[in-house]
Amino acid sequence: MIFIDPHIHMVSRTTDDYEKMRAHGVVAVIEPAFWLGQPRTTVGSFKDYFSSIVGWERFRAAQFGIRHYCTIGLNPKEANNERLAEEVMELLPLYACKEGVVAIGEIGYDDQTDAEDRYFRRQLELAKELDMLVLIHTPHRDKKKGTLRSMDVCAEHGLDPARVIIDHNNEETVADVLDRGFWTAFTIYPGTKMGNERMVEIVKQYGTERIFINSAADWGKSDPLGVPKTARLMLQRGLPEADVRAVCYANALAAYGQSGQIREEDWLDPEPIDQRQLYMGNTILRGGADPLVEAPEEDERLIIE
Amino acid sequence: MTTPSVSVDRDRVIALLRAWIDPVARSEGRAWLDEKRRAIADGAPAWQFFTAFSSVPRHLGKDDLRLTEADLAEADAACPGWQPQAWSVDQAGRTLLVLALPQADADAFVHTLDRVFETADVGESVALYQSLPLLPFPPRFRQRAAEGIRTNMTSVFNAIALRNPYPRTWLDEGAWNQMVLKAVFVGSPLHQIDGLDERANPRLAAMLVDYAHERWAAHRSVTPELWRPVGPFAEGVVLDDLARVLRSDSAAERQAAALALAASPDPRAAEVLAAEAPDLREAVRSGALTWSTLAVPTRPG
Repeated sequence: MIFIDPHIHMVSRTTDDYEKMRAHGVVAVIEPAFWLGQPRTTVGSFKDYFSSIVGWERFRAAQFGIRHYCTIGLNPKEANNERLAEEVMELLPLYACKEGVVAIGEIGYDDQTDAEDRYFRRQLELAKELDMLVLIHTPHRDKKKGTLRSMDVCAEHGLDPARVIIDHNNEETVADVLDRGFWTAFTIYPGTKMGNERMVEIVKQYGTERIFINSAADWGKSDPLGVPKTARLMLQRGLPEADVRAVCYANALAAYGQSGQIREEDWLDPEPIDQRQLYMGNTILRGGADPLVEAPEEDERLIIE
Repeated sequence: MTTPSVSVDRDRVIALLRAWIDPVARSEGRAWLDEKRRAIADGAPAWQFFTAFSSVPRHLGKDDLRLTEADLAEADAACPGWQPQAWSVDQAGRTLLVLALPQADADAFVHTLDRVFETADVGESVALYQSLPLLPFPPRFRQRAAEGIRTNMTSVFNAIALRNPYPRTWLDEGAWNQMVLKAVFVGSPLHQIDGLDERANPRLAAMLVDYAHERWAAHRSVTPELWRPVGPFAEGVVLDDLARVLRSDSAAERQAAALALAASPDPRAAEVLAAEAPDLREAVRSGALTWSTLAVPTRPG
């Protein structure tokens, strides 16, 4: 089986992680632009960060046979630094149209302040103008209200829910998000977001339509194998392989594939120019990817709580 | 260094690039490109150039150009040393957009290029560095080229170091030497460096010999091509190194040592070669063995 992790912050991860991810069947990742542990104080830090996720990180991923995509946006936490936020807004059009940029994101609410609301709305307008998809970060605190409000604002700005991904859902938000026609993403992140046993139950209850999972692994205690481990657990707990494929691969591809910037051929049959630029003759992916369901190493616990 | 004289027929370069795109890209894409080139040439706002530059693969695709020997000869005539055999259609399109920028004000042109270099993704960086020999105001991009050589992305490094005449003409000796040494270090094929023989120099030769010693101390091998820029400056104890390589298990290494010894100005070199490898000496003398016939691995691109 092959997997996509459609939300992971690889700038914070090591080459060991890339190796493990590839060994467990991850063929593509999407790196949403977000905050770093340390708040940024100048626009140059944003510029170099955006350049990293379209440049160096893409190259680094490719060395391990993993295709790397990203989203570009001003995250809600740093939208509160308004002087800086204005300058970042001017940078966004420079990056939004680059190859492999699949959406504007992560945008939305953190503390749900007025400044966050303002920059969220301006970026929704930018996405409309550039005909781009949107990835929405739902807040950790006051999550249900923040999630509903995010969807209301999208509707107010006339966005098509089929072109918006609402991320970090849980048992409390899933029904509303599905009902309103948005893509419904779940983050398997130990401690704070979803555990993978809970995720199995959600798929059993709600099915697989418009549902997909990610690890959102970053600089915190998180697990870059969140997607393959959850796939394995789902199979163990009796979900059919087609459902596992939908939730761990196909739905993310269908959602972000609408951008035209991520295609299955990218990893199954890459263009010669990409093979030269990204893989340097690496043949891992040529001629079709072999199914990979490998047992986790002994020191790796399957359950993520 | 003094200002080199190179003549680039930029109008011809543009005509060639535009013609090569025809059989590879669809007509809507070509129409889009031509419209953007016109708008940029007419002084469209900078953001239009930036978004068009980023969007090229969406309109033209990313297929390789299909160039014939005759095309490559034309390329070399329009810009000496230009070898676009591995160019793709998006790279040609991006280069045409850069060449469409107004060139009346050198500072403005360089400023725009600086911004696009600083924010470039992998594919854009490769296209930009490949296009350096074709741009106006070439001396203004010396720092940029030296910066490109410091990259850790092999594909970006190769875009400037291989099949690209810019470094040969415009890099100072320090930057040139770093480039050749780094090509050895990252395993890029030296024979694809334009001007490798012409710009060989004693400092580079010494650096390469030191590098070989460092690798040997770690029980690692070096590419046989390393000895090519060393040969013309190989004297004294370096001949002992070459004698050692002449006794290698690898045929390519033995051949490289013979070629380097044959190029050495030191009279003792001929004696070493005659004593240790008379067959190789004969092969060099007859022209059967040259750096071009040397069996070295080649990377794609």
